[in-house]
Amino acid sequence: MADLELTGAEIVVSCLRDEGVKHVFGYPGGAVLNIYDEIYKQSAFEHILVRHEQAAVHAADAYSRSTGEVGVAIVTSGPGATNAVTGIATAYMDSIPMVVISGQVPTAAIGQDAFQEVDMVGITRPCVKHNFLVRDVRDLAATIKKAFYIAATGRPGPVVVDIPKDVTQHRCVYEYPKSVSMRSYNPTSKGHSGQIKKAAQMLLEAKRPMIYTGGGVILGNASAQVVELVRLLGYPTTSTLMGLGGYPSPDPLFLGMLGMHGTIEANMAMQHCDVLLAVGARFDDRVIGNPKHFAQEARRIIHIDVDPSSISKRVRVDVPIVGDVLQVLDEVIKLIRGEKSRPDEQALKAWWAQIELWRAQDCLKYDRASAVIKPQFVIEKLYEVTQGDAYVTSDVGQHQMWAAQYYQFNKPRRWINSGGLGTMGFGLPAAMGVQMAFPDAMVACVTGEGSIQMNIQELSTCKEWNLPLKVILLNNGYLGMVRQWQEFFYEERYAESYMNSLPDFVKLAEAYGHVGITIDKPEDVEPALRDAFGKYKDRLVFLNFLTDPRENVFPMIPAGKGLSEMILV
Amino acid sequence: MRHIISLLMENESGALSRVAGLFSARAYNIESLTVAPTEDGTLSRMTIVTRGSTDVIEQITKQLNKLVDVVKVQDLTDGSHIERELMLVKVRATGDQREEMKRLADIFRGRILDVSDKTYTIELTGTGSKLDAFLDAVEPAAILETVRTGASGIGRGDRIMKI
Repeated sequence: MADLELTGAEIVVSCLRDEGVKHVFGYPGGAVLNIYDEIYKQSAFEHILVRHEQAAVHAADAYSRSTGEVGVAIVTSGPGATNAVTGIATAYMDSIPMVVISGQVPTAAIGQDAFQEVDMVGITRPCVKHNFLVRDVRDLAATIKKAFYIAATGRPGPVVVDIPKDVTQHRCVYEYPKSVSMRSYNPTSKGHSGQIKKAAQMLLEAKRPMIYTGGGVILGNASAQVVELVRLLGYPTTSTLMGLGGYPSPDPLFLGMLGMHGTIEANMAMQHCDVLLAVGARFDDRVIGNPKHFAQEARRIIHIDVDPSSISKRVRVDVPIVGDVLQVLDEVIKLIRGEKSRPDEQALKAWWAQIELWRAQDCLKYDRASAVIKPQFVIEKLYEVTQGDAYVTSDVGQHQMWAAQYYQFNKPRRWINSGGLGTMGFGLPAAMGVQMAFPDAMVACVTGEGSIQMNIQELSTCKEWNLPLKVILLNNGYLGMVRQWQEFFYEERYAESYMNSLPDFVKLAEAYGHVGITIDKPEDVEPALRDAFGKYKDRLVFLNFLTDPRENVFPMIPAGKGLSEMILV
Repeated sequence: MRHIISLLMENESGALSRVAGLFSARAYNIESLTVAPTEDGTLSRMTIVTRGSTDVIEQITKQLNKLVDVVKVQDLTDGSHIERELMLVKVRATGDQREEMKRLADIFRGRILDVSDKTYTIELTGTGSKLDAFLDAVEPAAILETVRTGASGIGRGDRIMKI
């Protein structure tokens, strides 16, 4: 009996079904019409029609960040593909596993400057983990399988599969491969046992230890291991912007976020420790500032990361361990538990005493008696009202930093933001992705009036799907972070950082069929939030908080300076 | 420091652009790059000559290894190796210069591949520095055209790069 032949379009849909995909974000167009025709006929997954391709990719990205699954987006060729690029680069910088299927003009038209033709494989090459152009329908299923495999394994990342229209029409027998084996791609998961032993020893010998965790802990699902290790040793711990929630923020062993807008205690402990354990973090410029300044203090560094190229890239490392962070931490914990020696209590006590002095400076203090709404206050109230249980997405700028500093993340995968690329316009579509994955969860998008307008059209998608997410707009009338830099470094020349003709956000929200509320007094902040998550629980609520236009994010390390060169309130 | 990095990679369209793109995106230097299929038609072998500090070279090899199409990476400069480059050079060969050019080609063990009444086209093989030395030995105005392949490298003795 001859096997049934499927068209390329049927194969795409079958692959997604067999991969267990439940939600696909996308936008149709000429080159993907065959695929959409098959999407219409199937019921294995839900397709969410966005209003702009960038939003489809951000939504798929956040879907992945919150669930750990591979996110999936479909876009058409040409402008659909280029619109997706910002989303792809965003996911790439934060190592988010994602498969983006893009349509392409028919194979015979490639290179002819055909209508809606763009070299998608060429354009995305520097911002994907890998990409494919499928020229033969017989390669289609195996390529999609590889795409999911590459996206999710090793250091995760986005993979683009570009499919010419004729390939979606051609037929062949469909079989979804059960496994993938590639001679050129074999990520390391098990760490070197000798190195792990050295690391455990070094940690126990530390006098001024510090544990620094990053997004790798979230992506590697190693949060429980971090908590176990930190509590076993009683060592201070900090996290990067991307790692927040990997260790519960309210815990006293947690010193807060480090880096450009990190706390004094985290940055100073980072600078003055004698043994530093870095887990799934990459010492980037927003974290350690100037590496020369960082290198001035003698310290030994243990670095665990799944990506060898992240190790010794900006900072020399003494004990590099390449491997899956979860597996390696398990090994480290086992070794430390088996050791007789324990950390030097006297030294640790003295170190904590020093850290408490730094912490006592209370670097996140702000004017709580202010007559205008302080943005920090809104975030604190958001934390209280949601009891730390919300998924918080953010855009990029001051509001992002305040959300990171003042919302106490207790759990991994709850803090969803564009850390690496810093993509304004990420927050709202990201909140959609999260809400699709968790329909009953509280989802808040913390944003600014600059960022929200970069993808505001998605309020329409939210209406279509009745997504009850809450937009927390910290509206200060300025591109706040730009204004802050102009105040500090450009003698208060506020070039193009003031927005003069903002829309009436309440009417705008209402025009899209949602609830809009403007809040201009501190005492109204909490009631408005309670209404949003209570009375209007099932509605999208757009909360327009008019906040202090001159508030700045502190502490701040100016670009190019070192960790101990902070500007304080 | 000058390094010669050898790669084995999948012989697929676009693989070369991934390597070239990596070097430009990360601001690594490429002195030369050569690529051709191996005896196994599914694999290409590439030789890249680059310069950089130890840290930079370490990053280059790590980043190359990270490319999904790359099967194997070896820094040939880490051990003993052979390096060869081919150059075709067209020189002016008139009057007294004609005899002189022939002698110079002989000294450098070059072969004259093509002759016209005014020119010689010489084939030379050697390390990059040998080829440079030949060009230095010829009066600049006499050099009409040069084509170089860039270096290819291979390990000495039992040092074999295969999968």
